Amino acid sequence: MINLTPSMHEKELRDIYGELLFEYAKKDERIVVLNADLARSDSTLKFKELFPDRFIDVGVAEANMMGIAAGLANVGLIPITHTFTPFATRRAFDQITISIAYADLPVKMMGTDPGVTAELNGGTHMSFEDAGIMRNLPNVTVVEPADAAQFKAMFEQIVYYPKPIYVRMYRRRKEKFFDDDMKFEIGKIATLKDGSDITIICSGLMVGQAMIATQMLEKDGISVRLLNMHTLKPVDEETIVKAAKETGRIVVAENHSIINGWGSAVAEVLAEHYPVPMKRIGVKDHFGEVGLTDFLLKKYKMTAQDIYDAAMELLKR
Amino acid sequence: MSLTAEEIRFLKKKATHIRMITIEMIGKLGVGHIGGSLSIAEALSVLYYKVMRVDPKNPKWEDRDRFVLSKGHAGPALYSVLADLGYFPYEWIDTLNKPNTNLPSHCDRLKTPGVDMTAGSLGQGLSAAVGMALGGKIMKKDFYVYALIGDGESQEGQIWEAAMFAAHNKLNNLIAFTDYNKMQIDGYIHEINNLEPLADKWRAFNWHVIEVDGHNVEEIYNAIMSGKEQKEKPTMIILHTIKGRGAYFAEGKITCHNMPIKEEEWKTAVEMLRKERDEI
Repeated sequence: MINLTPSMHEKELRDIYGELLFEYAKKDERIVVLNADLARSDSTLKFKELFPDRFIDVGVAEANMMGIAAGLANVGLIPITHTFTPFATRRAFDQITISIAYADLPVKMMGTDPGVTAELNGGTHMSFEDAGIMRNLPNVTVVEPADAAQFKAMFEQIVYYPKPIYVRMYRRRKEKFFDDDMKFEIGKIATLKDGSDITIICSGLMVGQAMIATQMLEKDGISVRLLNMHTLKPVDEETIVKAAKETGRIVVAENHSIINGWGSAVAEVLAEHYPVPMKRIGVKDHFGEVGLTDFLLKKYKMTAQDIYDAAMELLKR
Repeated sequence: MSLTAEEIRFLKKKATHIRMITIEMIGKLGVGHIGGSLSIAEALSVLYYKVMRVDPKNPKWEDRDRFVLSKGHAGPALYSVLADLGYFPYEWIDTLNKPNTNLPSHCDRLKTPGVDMTAGSLGQGLSAAVGMALGGKIMKKDFYVYALIGDGESQEGQIWEAAMFAAHNKLNNLIAFTDYNKMQIDGYIHEINNLEPLADKWRAFNWHVIEVDGHNVEEIYNAIMSGKEQKEKPTMIILHTIKGRGAYFAEGKITCHNMPIKEEEWKTAVEMLRKERDEI
């Protein structure tokens, strides 16, 4: 079992990411960083100083960026694209679909500021559908590292993943959920805590809320299994079915629309293999708005208390 | 260095031969994108039989020149060339669009040996070609990337995103063509959404621009050579072409983008072209 009390990293994820990029780019000349006029905000600008030949700023042209990335992958390079989640997905969705997914070219697509963490950029920049539409594409893998430790643990797998991969990236967050020595494998749910009365499945930002909810439930004498589904696709069916069999109830908490996201993916697995009562905590079919993360989590009923309440309701059934 | 008379004769013959295979391929199926396939036969002939550094026995050769058919629906024309060069068994031409085929209506890099990029959703292939050319620069390789876009395709915004980026990054290893046959599915380009002044547009985007008769192998070759002399600019060669060129039942007809073809029609057309080819 891991420590369920989130702490803080000294730096934001973007700064740690910048160092990671540098470390890998130094070792591997094939790594090329692409950006669409947001390098100043995601800290890839430093990469430009260090490796000017392998830093491509396409300007405000996400569709072109995805096509160029496909071309770079096609000739054997390792392109990593960067922009906000809505522009990393829906803005260039047909380019991703045809030039990257259908052509099966291993482009790494970083989407920053997922869900409510778009904060003061508001509804236009706040995507609750990005992971969902990406998981709909054959050949595409979707991952969401929750903190810098998990990001670091998964980065090598991401860089050398042989398929297109979409990464939800919490660039401005400092929360630390995981110890630095933890291992995470793409496609494999991480068991953060074992338990037998109920399972909470969480991802990304919601790992923190789920950890607090777990502590609240444990105080009430409820044995909680806490699973971190950092990979939305491929879905780790085995671990989900096992949790359903052994705990009988599941709450899924995601920083995404409950339509076509983590809750949907879990529900699909349960419906087909082992139906048990479940609840989805997430954005309930509406657009975003300006607001800080804590405010939006409250307003959209996505806090630890909401997870706790959902769990208690399931336990009454 | 210009083409010799013998080379001109050879490339003309090949262009006509490509047309024969294309018409037979689509004709046997009974329907297909014949218009925009036939209009690019000379460009493909010059590229694949004279200019490009390729090896049909080693289609994934790292140092090869690349060709991106951004107007992916003209796949049958490219398949004709690749079949003729032996990239895959010639018999495959009878499988166009049939179940489990390796020759789909639109180009697919995963299915067809020799196809360098998947295309079909218009506007995307040029960006990929730009990425490939940029990749060549990053890797310090000396291959060229050739891309062919449609005139209707040029109505897509992404074409101009790619155009701006390629010039800004001085991709002189990128040589693109526009198949300017002046027609699109719904009518004449100038009636639907006019591209003119097309050459000026590309010049304004800082490309080296040449307009040629797209059915004249010598003009196409010279244009490519002038592109290869560019030190700082990508090249756009505007091919003034006739849609459906060489098929009497399709040539110049606004309906020839994707048309049904009768057996008698394609057989007659192939015979006419055979005669033409043998007289070159």
